[in-house]
Amino acid sequence: MKILLVDDSRTIRNIQKNVLKQLGHEDVVEAEDGVQALTQYGIAKPDLMLVDWNMPNMDGITLIRKIRETDRKTPIIMCTTEAEKSRVLEAVKAGVNNYIVKPFTVESLGEKISQTMAKIGAAAAT
Amino acid sequence: MDVRYINPFIHSIRNTFQTMCGFATNVEKPQLKHGNDPASDVSGVIGFSGDAAGSVVLHFSFEVASKVASAFAKITIDPQHPDFADALGELANMVAGGAKAQFEGLRISISLPNVIVGKNHSVSCSKTTPRIVIPCNTECGTFYVEVGMVLARPATRVAPVGEVGVLS
Repeated sequence: MKILLVDDSRTIRNIQKNVLKQLGHEDVVEAEDGVQALTQYGIAKPDLMLVDWNMPNMDGITLIRKIRETDRKTPIIMCTTEAEKSRVLEAVKAGVNNYIVKPFTVESLGEKISQTMAKIGAAAAT
Repeated sequence: MDVRYINPFIHSIRNTFQTMCGFATNVEKPQLKHGNDPASDVSGVIGFSGDAAGSVVLHFSFEVASKVASAFAKITIDPQHPDFADALGELANMVAGGAKAQFEGLRISISLPNVIVGKNHSVSCSKTTPRIVIPCNTECGTFYVEVGMVLARPATRVAPVGEVGVLS
């Protein structure tokens, strides 16, 4: 499974990579803003995306809306400091499958990823 | 600045460093900022806009900044490490984001982090907004969080910690 990590903080991407490695996922590509992510999305065709909200050049919510214009299937988890209910609803409307608020524990991030993949797997099986 | 609005920052500081770095933060009594104190070696700055104007600044010495960044990234990060500023900027981002989520009814945006690195510098902010300095004692040493914020209108409620929205 190929996973695209989109966050302008390399420290956060490294933490996410470590969590994914613990879950057995090492096929990871990275982008540090929405523009790079769109390019990587086209090249890598990821099976899952973790997307930050606030980034330079193109923010995460704009990126998700662009992707959802043509792709309703690729699971997207938003991982952000934006914790207000209104922002969560905005992200859901834009098409995210799950949402995790920073700061997060390694366990909670792992749980959200597993949860999202399980939902996608169950939906595909029916 | 309304001192009631300091509590969301105190809650956010404790939550951010406990969750991401694994240590408790003992917050001392917040004080009104005088002059350019606190001077620091590393400052992580986040601006507020929208229904709030102002900023939050995390002030560290080099020694404390290195220990905090290392605890966050789970690798040794000294001031020469390429991720040194990135790690501290992201922590400032989390403190600001966690605090702003507790101001219900307001649409507040936060800037991308800016990190200033330089021995014993000071950060100059608007003199029209009173600024509060929160001393934070941790196992990594003491750092300071400076907050200056003016709300365009009162928040409908300042949400207690743990109530901010997440999608299960």
